[in-house]
Amino acid sequence: MTVVQIIFVITAIVTFLAAIMVVASPNLIHAALWLVLTLAGVAVLFLLLEAAFLAVVQVAIYIGAIAILVIFAVMLTRQVSTGLASQVNRTWWLAAPAAVILFAGLIVLFSQVAGFQAVAEPLVKEPATLVVDLGRALVDAQGYVLPFEVASVLLLAAMIGAIVIALPPAPTVEEKGA
Amino acid sequence: MIPLSWYLVLAAAIFCVGLYGALARRNAVAILMGIELMLNAVNINLIAFWRYLNPGSMGGQVFAIIVFAVAASEAAVGLALIISIYRRRSTVAADDLNLLKW
Amino acid sequence: MDVFFRDPFGWVSRTWNDLLTGLGLSSELATLLLQLVGAVVLTGIVLTLSGVFLTWLDRKLSARIQDRLGPNRVGPYGLLQSVADAIKLVTKEDITPDGADKVVYNLAPLLAIMSVAGLWAVVPFAPQLIGTDLNVGLLYLVSIGSIGTLSIIMAGWASNNKYALLGAFRTVAQLVSYEVPMVLALIIPTMLAGSMGMGDIVARQRDVWFIVLAPLAGLVFFISSLAEVGRTPFDLMEAESEIVAGFNIEYSGMKFGMFYVAEFLHAFTISALTATIFLGGWQGPGAAAFPLLGLVYFLIKTATVYFILTLIRFTLPRIRIDQMNDLNWKFLTPLALAAVIVTAVADKAALEVGWSRTGALLAANGAVLLVTVLLLGRHARSLRRRLEARVVRATGS
Repeated sequence: MTVVQIIFVITAIVTFLAAIMVVASPNLIHAALWLVLTLAGVAVLFLLLEAAFLAVVQVAIYIGAIAILVIFAVMLTRQVSTGLASQVNRTWWLAAPAAVILFAGLIVLFSQVAGFQAVAEPLVKEPATLVVDLGRALVDAQGYVLPFEVASVLLLAAMIGAIVIALPPAPTVEEKGA
Repeated sequence: MIPLSWYLVLAAAIFCVGLYGALARRNAVAILMGIELMLNAVNINLIAFWRYLNPGSMGGQVFAIIVFAVAASEAAVGLALIISIYRRRSTVAADDLNLLKW
Repeated sequence: MDVFFRDPFGWVSRTWNDLLTGLGLSSELATLLLQLVGAVVLTGIVLTLSGVFLTWLDRKLSARIQDRLGPNRVGPYGLLQSVADAIKLVTKEDITPDGADKVVYNLAPLLAIMSVAGLWAVVPFAPQLIGTDLNVGLLYLVSIGSIGTLSIIMAGWASNNKYALLGAFRTVAQLVSYEVPMVLALIIPTMLAGSMGMGDIVARQRDVWFIVLAPLAGLVFFISSLAEVGRTPFDLMEAESEIVAGFNIEYSGMKFGMFYVAEFLHAFTISALTATIFLGGWQGPGAAAFPLLGLVYFLIKTATVYFILTLIRFTLPRIRIDQMNDLNWKFLTPLALAAVIVTAVADKAALEVGWSRTGALLAANGAVLLVTVLLLGRHARSLRRRLEARVVRATGS
């Protein structure tokens, strides 16, 4: 077992257990914090896969923004009966076998992909060139500039939509008059 | 070294855990957390395939960045909707939001 | 000895390697151990001593600005005052509020210090002395800073206290908002240096510092970093006189000490970052030949920026939360965006037309500044006119 393999195994176990705690934890704030641990584990996996830029973007966006949004939403929508009500709905006994069957199906499907047992070739380019190439690919006309622009419009639409939806309702006529 | 299969199995496992969370939980925010797990599993898959099978092209990383953007916008709009629903109905249990049911 | 002065860090690592491989360890293990010892020295000694020294400096400076003496009893010039304070904090009773979430409550101060210590991993102290020369160093800074935001929410929620929660909400709103102009301002040094790595950014400042090429970016970065740390005038986070220390209310003893020291260290860290990114880091006459001289230059620049920061702290009043939001979204973010666009255009235009790069960028920055000042003046005048019209309507006729 090389050092890299040991690091991968530890990270994989931590990420997987944290993911299970996210869906099994009765206290929602604890579930959100376990989600933060899962996201951090995924960032470490990105580092192992030599996608350093994506690892820091994962930490900055997922942990720094999305996880905080989730924690805010949990705090703002707390119900008095949180401890009493059940955390799973009526059909959870269907969901669990479905997830397991899907996992088995995915493994069968993946094992038929050519290169399932592939081992990582050493990268030809240096890490610094990778970031530069990524930046070029995102604005290259023969590259991925169109998905990039569409994603920007999507983010703009989501931002405006979220602000409009989350605005408190406007005061009614009676309140204004008084 | 680490074969590709390890990454794929881990990603599939996290995806299925997220799927269970999205299908079986009552609270709408918890369902959203399950969806975030699924999106992260997809990202691991994308980057693993990029690294092992085609590190020359940048398509894998670009796709993962687009997934980041989509996940961020979906989380923002979803949570705004949930907060707005909570203001009106004082509940966020997905079972209670059934006005559109026949 | 000449070898030592010309390449001190290489000399240290070579001597260490020879020593350990002589004892039978493999070369990789020796390098790993050297890195671990370096990390321990950095966090354990440098950061602790900085924490002690910085609190003393803060109290002395504030005292002199406010026409009094400051601590002068414990040790020469009161230097050991921080040690006395630390002993006091350690001996205080460690209270955990009833109904608080124990794991989260205890984890929050740890995350606060972790996020600050993590920032030091990419700061270049001297030509070959850098923790890790990540080629995405600038983005790493932003991402580790956002872990500190998480620790504040955890602290506010785990205290089981309405006011702590409200304080945490306000604080996180401030921190998350001010990340936007900070990231936008950091795009400009990336453009000018062609890389996000901190080592590259400092190396590119050999001829002219980035503060000359991009003064607006430096200003925006400095202001938004001040807001990220929570220093006055962006003091809402721990406004002692208003919401009784915000998310810190329920913390006592050494845990409060950890939040306190984390804030001072964060302020010192952003002084170091401003000095690295905009003031040239370790660059200076003779630094390339004698790396230790580079370390001295870096410390002088960092101390200067920290001094300015402390002066600002004890001069300006605290701003309200609505003023803070206005400042961010209506002033800093559009200014940063305009600076990015103008810098990109001016940089490429200077290349094409053949002007001097420094002159073109300075002119571009000056133009943006002029337009901003004119717009602000017009806005202020219209506000004043409206205010006076309202006063006239209320009192006269």
